Amino acid sequence: MTDKRISEDDVVSEIRDGMTIGIGGWGSRRKPMSLVRAIARSDVRDLTVVSYGGPDVGLLCAVGKVRKVVYAFCSLDSIALEPHFRNARQAGTVTTLELDEGMFLLGLQAAAWRVPFLPTRVGLGSDLMRQAEIRTVVSPYDDGEELVAAPALTLDVALVHMHRGDAGGNGQYLNVDPYFDDLFCMAAARRFMSVERIVETDELASGGPIQSLRINRLMTDGVIEARYGAHFSECVPDYGRDEAFQREYALSATSPEALEGWKAKYLDCGGHEQYRKVAGLNAELANG
Amino acid sequence: MGSYATRAEHCCIAVAECFRGDGEILANPIGTIPMIGGRLARASFEPDLVMTDGEALLIAGARPVGVDDAPKIVEAWNPYRSMFDLVWSGRRHVMMGASQIDVHGNQNFAFVGDWERPKAQLLGFRGAPGNTIQNTTSYWIPNHSARVFVPQVDVVSGVGYDRAAQLGAAGRFHGIRRVVTNLAVLDFETDDRRMRLREVHPGVSVEEVVAATGFELAIADEVAESRAPSGEELRLIREVIDPTGSREQEVPHT
Repeated sequence: MTDKRISEDDVVSEIRDGMTIGIGGWGSRRKPMSLVRAIARSDVRDLTVVSYGGPDVGLLCAVGKVRKVVYAFCSLDSIALEPHFRNARQAGTVTTLELDEGMFLLGLQAAAWRVPFLPTRVGLGSDLMRQAEIRTVVSPYDDGEELVAAPALTLDVALVHMHRGDAGGNGQYLNVDPYFDDLFCMAAARRFMSVERIVETDELASGGPIQSLRINRLMTDGVIEARYGAHFSECVPDYGRDEAFQREYALSATSPEALEGWKAKYLDCGGHEQYRKVAGLNAELANG
Repeated sequence: MGSYATRAEHCCIAVAECFRGDGEILANPIGTIPMIGGRLARASFEPDLVMTDGEALLIAGARPVGVDDAPKIVEAWNPYRSMFDLVWSGRRHVMMGASQIDVHGNQNFAFVGDWERPKAQLLGFRGAPGNTIQNTTSYWIPNHSARVFVPQVDVVSGVGYDRAAQLGAAGRFHGIRRVVTNLAVLDFETDDRRMRLREVHPGVSVEEVVAATGFELAIADEVAESRAPSGEELRLIREVIDPTGSREQEVPHT
């Protein structure tokens, strides 16, 4: 079994200007933030970001990495609207493909199955259909119904964060929802998974129910060990959302000066190890 | 306990009434008063309703809102992926919010202004297109005003009756049952499926609702007062489902 352990910087070195990057998690939950920050510190630009959006989308928009956002919502959960994403939208600095949450799922599934679309009723009658990228298809069967052809969301790169993984790239989630992380990986050409802890393979099945082994190594090309890698988003049971830190992040959207201050403190400090020190994240995981 | 019910408590009852007759479906009210109303319906006249904890679990009982560490009786696992299975199978009645809504029930909470550069970016489309075209929908609007009840919404995220009708057979699973607000209860039980004033909360006049609505409402022949909670319903609201009084923050005393 090939050892797929790599660093955040190794992931960034695979990302080119203009690529389409899918990011797992949901809102401000289990986001691969150490990878997102590594991209934010890089000179990559013009990305298309595909995400059930949270601070991943907001931060990348704030630092000018994003040309287009493919999304159904962008929220910090306890703060309903992602403030940096709002700023970018209201300044007109990013374009969007607006999707329904379920249509988003179908788009990832279509890409994973290598078909151009999946049919659905979702979108009919709504203004989603005003977008040229979303088209309809007529059922070839006797019903002849016109349906939406939810377009495949094919990704160049997928980034996900799991609780546990092994060096071969198998991954395990320990919270209540797998979100769509496996589909993000299946929809992408290159797939990178950060994990709270890398463990021996035989510790995976003993560390949680067998159904928690959602990611297998066919779905990943690299694994990055990053304790507190999802901080400040939620990563229970290892840690909850850091609400105080998230409020500080949200306040950085109130002015360019505030953003510069936040970046100087939490981005310019360096990689994930330095960030952990600045953010005071040196305690061992409660569940670790 | 006094039998006098606040406006917020009338709203809880009006929300609960939205789910009357639904039987064994997923009742998915989003927001504080919707959650209270939904759980009240299940604790009283719709005992078979299935409800979420707001995340990935389906939970039993009349668990209090706004009490994070209240115990959960878990009935089932329902991660987001399973939620879409439920929505698309139609076994669900969702109650959503709206930043704008028109006379046909077209709803917007995505953004206000231009598509390329909105004046205000709001939630995005979230699940509104799929919800409205696949299962029963109601709306909860805590601030009934002409800013929300508009002649035309900027963006259609939730589908209204006029657009659903244009879809023909493809629109057959669409249905908006009620719009509950801090002032009134509205429905679409008119020949042309235009929004109709059904009930007003005590202390609210028909004129007040008309003035707070930015389009011409149909008005029921007899606009009743919204139903008052029974003594038992008041007890459930005040002592069991919302012991911290969060309903009164959403709709303050008038």
